[in-house]
Amino acid sequence: MSKIYYFTTPLSDEDVSGLNAGDIVYLNGTIYTARDAAHKKIVDLMAEGKELPFELQGAVIYFVGPTPPKPGEPIGSAGPTTSYRMDSYSPTLLANGLKGMIGKGKRNQEVKDACVAHKGIYFGATGGAGALLGKKITSAKIIAYPELGPEAIREIEVKDFPLTVVNDTNGKDLYQMGREQYEVKD
Amino acid sequence: MREIKFDTIVNAIRDTIIYSGANLPKDALDALQKAYEEEKSPVSKEVLGQLLENADIASSEARPLCQDTGLAVFFVKVGEDLKVVGGTLREAINKGTEVGYVEGYLRASTCEPFSRANLKDTLGYNLPAVIHFDLVSGEGLEIEYAAKGGGSENVSRATVLPPAAGKAGVIAYVKQVISDAGGNPCPPLTVGVGIGGTFEKAGISSKHSLFRDIGSINADPEIAELELEIKDELNKLGIGAMGMGGTQTVLAVHIEMNPCHIASLPVSVNVQCHSSRHSHISL
Repeated sequence: MSKIYYFTTPLSDEDVSGLNAGDIVYLNGTIYTARDAAHKKIVDLMAEGKELPFELQGAVIYFVGPTPPKPGEPIGSAGPTTSYRMDSYSPTLLANGLKGMIGKGKRNQEVKDACVAHKGIYFGATGGAGALLGKKITSAKIIAYPELGPEAIREIEVKDFPLTVVNDTNGKDLYQMGREQYEVKD
Repeated sequence: MREIKFDTIVNAIRDTIIYSGANLPKDALDALQKAYEEEKSPVSKEVLGQLLENADIASSEARPLCQDTGLAVFFVKVGEDLKVVGGTLREAINKGTEVGYVEGYLRASTCEPFSRANLKDTLGYNLPAVIHFDLVSGEGLEIEYAAKGGGSENVSRATVLPPAAGKAGVIAYVKQVISDAGGNPCPPLTVGVGIGGTFEKAGISSKHSLFRDIGSINADPEIAELELEIKDELNKLGIGAMGMGGTQTVLAVHIEMNPCHIASLPVSVNVQCHSSRHSHISL
């Protein structure tokens, strides 16, 4: 049976180790946005031994490219983008302290293995619920690569951001488990 | 000969783009509501509930339903006896698209394929629109619009089967495409299938079929039956809302079929996410 948790970032090994695929997590605190282009830049910086735009230890990255904010609002609509495009970068980040990733859609085996080896969690947010999720973001500021537009790295504050654990630290995968349960074989 | 002003078209395109960004059309909303009521998996039901709540927030607060506000795609039927005054029809549609995306605070998602540079500073904000023109008799102007998101385009596929593959081969191909896609294209989906024609005709037909209202019945009874048969097959996959596992993977299958070469059986599968933002303007 799935459990409900409330966490505030940064996340610790103890926080994430108790989570199981299917659990619900309401996340609070500071997280960072990054899509493909920003991931490439972060991994390049790491390869060169340079300082990153944010502290990776205990961090949570949200795969999102929001719509432009209306005047007076911190951010526009902000639902998750498809995560497999970050698969080639995520294991390196997990090995260096990243604790959580938020996106939608399945990850490859390397990412799932890295979640086990380095105690990381892949959270699913509801794709296409951009208006609802955008309202859970209380502030946003671009901290790196403004030239990437929607793909720039933003530091955002979230309040009770609704997530489902997809890949846990034990190697379980909610997408596989869910589908096996409801598949009708001829 | 009927005349229509350039600005009339620009304004109509702008208005429909802004409205569509925040308001799910009734057919899509009804289909999501029905899926919510029928879904057996509690996790998928929760997701469908969030999507209904999202649609409500988007509409009441005029916020984009999804951050992927798409590339603007149009199917245009233009009468031979219609004249646009003050510019070309293509320019008017592009201008309306740009103004709509800017004024609606919608995301510019168009980029150069290799450098990935956003083209808003060179071609214009989220330009060029993808426009399919069809010349028809009369003085009318019918414009169908959809905001097409990237996640569901990424899993769309096309092939040319050998004729011997037949109907069973087409069904198996569609099932494989949707099975491989899993939760990535944001189910529950509308699945557009173009059958026959040439390679590109099948592709365009599969796209166009997605502009039809979800829940509408195909005018051809045989194809209508095939649509329901494929839908049932796809819902056996168990993918569920956002891939969480469930009974409601596909809201509808839409087929457009065309005569084809004696050597070929082209099939194109164009996938539409649950946020089916489409509209129709008559000018």
